[in-house]
Amino acid sequence: MSQSPAFVLNVLETPEDPEGQEPSPYDESEVHDSFHQLIQEQSRWVAEEGLELQQRQPETGALGASGSDHETMLGPEGAPVYSMATLRILASMPSRTIGRSRGAIISQYYSRTVKLRRRAGRPQLRDMGRSARPSLRLYDLELDSAVLEEEEKRGLLVKELQGLTAAQRDHMLRGMPLSLAEKRGLREESRPPRGKHRAQWHRGLLSCCDQLRDSCVLASHNLGLALLSGLQALMPWHYALKRIGGRFGSSVLSYFLFLKTLLAFNTLLLPPLLAFIVGVQAAFPPAPTGPVPAFTGLELLTGGGYFTHSVMYYGYYSNATLNQPCASPLDGSQCTPEAGSLPYSMPLAYLFTLGAAFFITCITLVYSMSRSFGESYRVGSTSGVHAITVFCSWDYKVTQRWATRLQHDNIRTQLKELLAEWQSRQHRRSACGQLRRVAVLGLVWLLCLGTTLGCTLAVYTFSELMIKSPVSAEREAVLLLLPLVVCLLNLGGPYLFRILAALERHDSPVLEVYVAICRNLILKMVTLGILCYHWLGRRVGTLKDQCWENFVGQELYRLMVMDFIFTLLDTLLGELVWRLFSEKQLKRKGKPEFDIAGNVLELIYGQTLTWLGVLFSPLLPAMQIIKLLLLFYIKKASLMANCQAPRRPWKASHMSTVFISLLCFPSFLGAAVFLCYAVWQVKPSSTCGPFRTLDTMYEAGKVWVRRLEKAGPRVSWLPWIHRYLVEDTFPIYLVSALLLAVIYLNIQVVKGQRKVICLLKEQISNEGEDKIFLINKLQRVYERKERSRSSREAGQSQELSVLTSGANLGPVFSVKCGRGP
Amino acid sequence: EGGMGTVKQSDDFTLTGSLPSARAHRRFCELLPQEHRSVEESLQARVSLEQILSLPELKANPFKERICKVFSTSPSRDSLSFEDFLDLLSVFSDTATPDIKSHYAFRIFDFDDDGTLNREDLSQLVNCLTGESEDTRLSASEMKQLIDNILEESDIDRDGTINLSEFQHVISRSPDFASFTV
Repeated sequence: MSQSPAFVLNVLETPEDPEGQEPSPYDESEVHDSFHQLIQEQSRWVAEEGLELQQRQPETGALGASGSDHETMLGPEGAPVYSMATLRILASMPSRTIGRSRGAIISQYYSRTVKLRRRAGRPQLRDMGRSARPSLRLYDLELDSAVLEEEEKRGLLVKELQGLTAAQRDHMLRGMPLSLAEKRGLREESRPPRGKHRAQWHRGLLSCCDQLRDSCVLASHNLGLALLSGLQALMPWHYALKRIGGRFGSSVLSYFLFLKTLLAFNTLLLPPLLAFIVGVQAAFPPAPTGPVPAFTGLELLTGGGYFTHSVMYYGYYSNATLNQPCASPLDGSQCTPEAGSLPYSMPLAYLFTLGAAFFITCITLVYSMSRSFGESYRVGSTSGVHAITVFCSWDYKVTQRWATRLQHDNIRTQLKELLAEWQSRQHRRSACGQLRRVAVLGLVWLLCLGTTLGCTLAVYTFSELMIKSPVSAEREAVLLLLPLVVCLLNLGGPYLFRILAALERHDSPVLEVYVAICRNLILKMVTLGILCYHWLGRRVGTLKDQCWENFVGQELYRLMVMDFIFTLLDTLLGELVWRLFSEKQLKRKGKPEFDIAGNVLELIYGQTLTWLGVLFSPLLPAMQIIKLLLLFYIKKASLMANCQAPRRPWKASHMSTVFISLLCFPSFLGAAVFLCYAVWQVKPSSTCGPFRTLDTMYEAGKVWVRRLEKAGPRVSWLPWIHRYLVEDTFPIYLVSALLLAVIYLNIQVVKGQRKVICLLKEQISNEGEDKIFLINKLQRVYERKERSRSSREAGQSQELSVLTSGANLGPVFSVKCGRGP
Repeated sequence: EGGMGTVKQSDDFTLTGSLPSARAHRRFCELLPQEHRSVEESLQARVSLEQILSLPELKANPFKERICKVFSTSPSRDSLSFEDFLDLLSVFSDTATPDIKSHYAFRIFDFDDDGTLNREDLSQLVNCLTGESEDTRLSASEMKQLIDNILEESDIDRDGTINLSEFQHVISRSPDFASFTV
């Protein structure tokens, strides 16, 4: 063939690049090319081409097209070699330019803005040119087949942005990965022009209002920003948390953030109690029932003695209506209402405030748990662990050089562990090994549960012993023995579990952490369960004529104090002494690791105690707040001095979700169940407290509702609600059924999403194969063209040499055509 | 005055959270020599790469050179203006959307700036993560195995490279990407 067809593509204008310069990715003047024109030309050329040049190697042709294409692309060791023209086209492929070119970003966000504005789905397929393959991504890069310059695209984007509301526009601009100057320019251009309104006077008025409104909005926005930054500076421990994150990473930080969350929950719980219960009763103190014991130091530990007859405990609260306008007439005469006084029924206030506080806590907990879950769970998030580790595991908050070195070590260890795990999964274990593993696992779990049972029995026996030997007022210190035993068991149990866990071999280190958390949690909750039975089941019976609620409140106080003391001891021994010991005696460099799971479980345990005790001791949340504040500073000091970050891989967001779920489910739910049982089923003591004349605490509410019924038809809706919604069981069944239906639907939706993801992945990989096929075809086209050109040149020079020298050499094919198969 | 007005306007876009634009401006001015610290000059001035790399947040970061290169708008990519600095802070702040963070993370990891992560990019990335010295690197076989696994997991269209969409898909599956903040 002798003709050289004219090619329209710009790219072929410069086929001779002397040093083979790659196209610079920052050539913003490069336009997007679809394959449209190229494929048209090529199909025309291939049809026209009759005779092919003599090839050096036989072309495998259309036979093993896909096979050879695959060989070319996924060559064994060396990268496939392409001609410069092919590389240029490859470099301007849309999937590559979106990652680096401004024009691509603009057009991508143009289509997104269009979608947002018109709420339309993808444009119709028939708008596409036949061969401008419609992209399967959510956004298309070209809405029409004509090639647009970047400036035109930018103009289109500005026009679309003008059609959005201001809030949407700002939101869109904030989400664009462009530089600040460009965003500012886009915003300026897309602001609705105001100068036009000045022409007419009534429009002038409107523009005044517009300006006023704009300046108000701007001022409030600035004020909001200033407040936000001021608030953040005021936020407690902001700088301290930053330091901790910088030195130890996000995993240790999650413990301190959890502590802050608990502080927030207690701060939410305390004000209603203070305002409606403690404050009011403190303003109207009841008559003292007996001599008040003197204050000795022991009260701080046992909670009894001087504190017994104070606002701290349930027994102090009166069961009458305070501040009654009409004093009870002793002689039957008419009572004159005092002016300006509001009757305040203490029992009702006690019941309702506690109920409302618990309800608010429940809502807040469930909301934060669901939000945390939504942030940390993704469909299909369990796969792809290598990629996620490599892309996401570097913690950019870490700023110290030695911490960075530690991160390097951790990541390297993690990668090696992942690879080893992957390797071991490739080689299936033998049946014998599997059996052995399961047997060991079962044995260790049995031992752990047995330990838990043993601890439970110990607590039960000891509590029975305490009942059998009553304690007199002088030897109140003996009361501290039960909390001491409980705390000792809680301290020793986890260490024993850790020793036992060394026997079993888990495949993944994260599973080990979860299993350890599980076991510790079971131990703590079962112990607390036994104690609850002890109080509500046994103590109520044995303390018939005394104030059992006060006793339970004091027990919980003692438990909290002991727990705090033992946490301090654990920090001292576990961290400080261990570090000194390992440095001096064992001469080891590494500091002890900060045990995140164990510390978090202790926090959850402490919070459970608070929630259990709030009914019997309304000031317990205040104590918990003080305890958490002290704990923060102590733990921080110990961490900075003695510990290092844990070496295990730790998905911080996952663990936050786990922590808050544990706070909600065993902890809060257990406390709520305990409280409900105490309010509904247990007879309050008859000598003290706001419910002393009633059969159950809940009766106070019932009595009030009955009184409301008698009061008149104006408030009849409240007794109606009470009778039909609270006492009747049907609404509860209805609500549970609805809840179950919603949960089931959500599960089905997630299943459906997984299926769709699988199908889409298959589609994308098929498209990828198409792309590879096309690229190789492209490559062949260019090769052929090169060869034909070089052969033509060789032929010309041949003619020249023949003319000059007269020798007839065979046609020589240039070495340039040897660019692979 | 106009200069600080421009600076404050940037707050609308950046919302750098803990470091509003005025404070960022102060940090930036600290890097300039004393005589160029007026507002007008500082908005036009450019700071060389070495000085930016001396910032405490970036000093120990293994990707510091790539970060500076990605955000630099000068032709020779070796200096940062104040706007580039603000861009940097805004992308790394808590308030940047995950989309923006993943976009810039991709550009930072793309060592050869060709718009995809190929095997060389990935191996350079892993070497940055594991440490600079020879004995901290993974062995060649481990590296190959790791890169094979990564491509297996994230390369959906099977072309041997990871482009932006695939990268964003991988990132979206990991909620821990919030660690891409300073």
